[in-house]
Amino acid sequence: MKPAPFEYIAPTSLAEALTAVRQHGSDASLLAGGQSLVPVMNFRLAQPAMLVDLNRIPELDYVRREGNGFIRIGSMTRQRTLERHPLIAQYTPLLHEALPYIAHPQIRNRGTIGGSLAHADPAAELPVILLALNGRVQLQKSGGARWVHGRDFYTDLFTTARAEDEILTEIELPPLPPRTGVAFTEVARRHGDYALSGVAAVVTVDERAVCTAARLVYLNAGDTPISATQAAALLVGEQADEEVLTAVAHATQQEITPTTDIHATADYKRHLAKVLTVRVLQQAFTRAVNE
Amino acid sequence: MSDHTISITVNGKTEEHTIEPRLLLSDFLRHQLGLTGTHVGCEHGVCGACTVLFDGQPVRSCLMFAVQANGHEIMTVEGLAKSMGNLHPLQQAFWEAHGLQCGFCTPGILLTLLPFLAENPRPTEAEVREALSGNLCRCTGYQHIVDAALLAASRMEFGN
Repeated sequence: MKPAPFEYIAPTSLAEALTAVRQHGSDASLLAGGQSLVPVMNFRLAQPAMLVDLNRIPELDYVRREGNGFIRIGSMTRQRTLERHPLIAQYTPLLHEALPYIAHPQIRNRGTIGGSLAHADPAAELPVILLALNGRVQLQKSGGARWVHGRDFYTDLFTTARAEDEILTEIELPPLPPRTGVAFTEVARRHGDYALSGVAAVVTVDERAVCTAARLVYLNAGDTPISATQAAALLVGEQADEEVLTAVAHATQQEITPTTDIHATADYKRHLAKVLTVRVLQQAFTRAVNE
Repeated sequence: MSDHTISITVNGKTEEHTIEPRLLLSDFLRHQLGLTGTHVGCEHGVCGACTVLFDGQPVRSCLMFAVQANGHEIMTVEGLAKSMGNLHPLQQAFWEAHGLQCGFCTPGILLTLLPFLAENPRPTEAEVREALSGNLCRCTGYQHIVDAALLAASRMEFGN
């Protein structure tokens, strides 16, 4: 058999799962969709002594919209479910736009939003979307819960602020301000591959189409999702003219730190990031004005 | 390590088995049930050869443990044809359009296309190519697979 032996439990309630992670601590791995964990177990790069399977906890699978416009998503909601969810399409268009870029339908049928966020792959789409939408995640443990902002959640390569006795239970996405446009795009060698470069833009404008706030977040541009806050700040007070967007795209180069790998050189990834930045900003501005 | 007893429905037949939790669903189907139509290529979720339907949706059976399928329904390529010599319309289209050469990737491709065509009965060529993006074929260059999918789609009674 490919994976090393392990003990397996499949709690049917969150309370039961929290007790299990408290008892087993670092011996236990949480199994969400398994689309990243199972491959590394098949290679025996990961050999957890115990798997706590979260797939039989229905209370972690939901999408809700509150009266104040906040969207709340249970961490075990499948990516495919979100892709097809009317609330996501209507109220979080950026997430809706990014989901089809994640691998393939077969993977999204199993992959979950919480699993992808907690896995913290810097090349993944969902962590970028969490930061771009200024979202938070809820971390629960036995007898307590806390909220962590996306921007504070990612601490290093494949590393988050989640403690080993905590479970990521909910994602909270605040409503977008009026006259806000969003856009996401990426470049991959083949559809469904990990992207060489990708960027999400969120742009808010006033009545005169002048930018009042902006966020630009990059994937595969460092050890964590990279929010180019200084470059985005250059947009405030500006309209979407080409010179400004080009200057912003150049400024992002100070904040992203892509590395060379077998798929592309760092220089090429930087070039892509520049081109994609102009593209998403044009789109986001247009959408913000038409909002 | 403790074994688990699972009850699983495969191609309409429910069976109980006692297994180790580390047994992959793909290996369970092949070795425990003898359903060797589910092919195992890369065993890390890239090639799509092991695609099966899990509660009607295509998934990689090499990226799931059999124990996770407890109480669920699986369909493998063996569940497609009603009887020997009586191909499913999707299989028939693959035969007629030369949608396979060595055939290794074919079971995964059939089970990817079955729910895809049920949801998109009139797909464009581009949509078929995107739907197939998670299944690798090293023989055909994909053209005849796309032709076969479009031929199957053109026979709307398929799936009934």
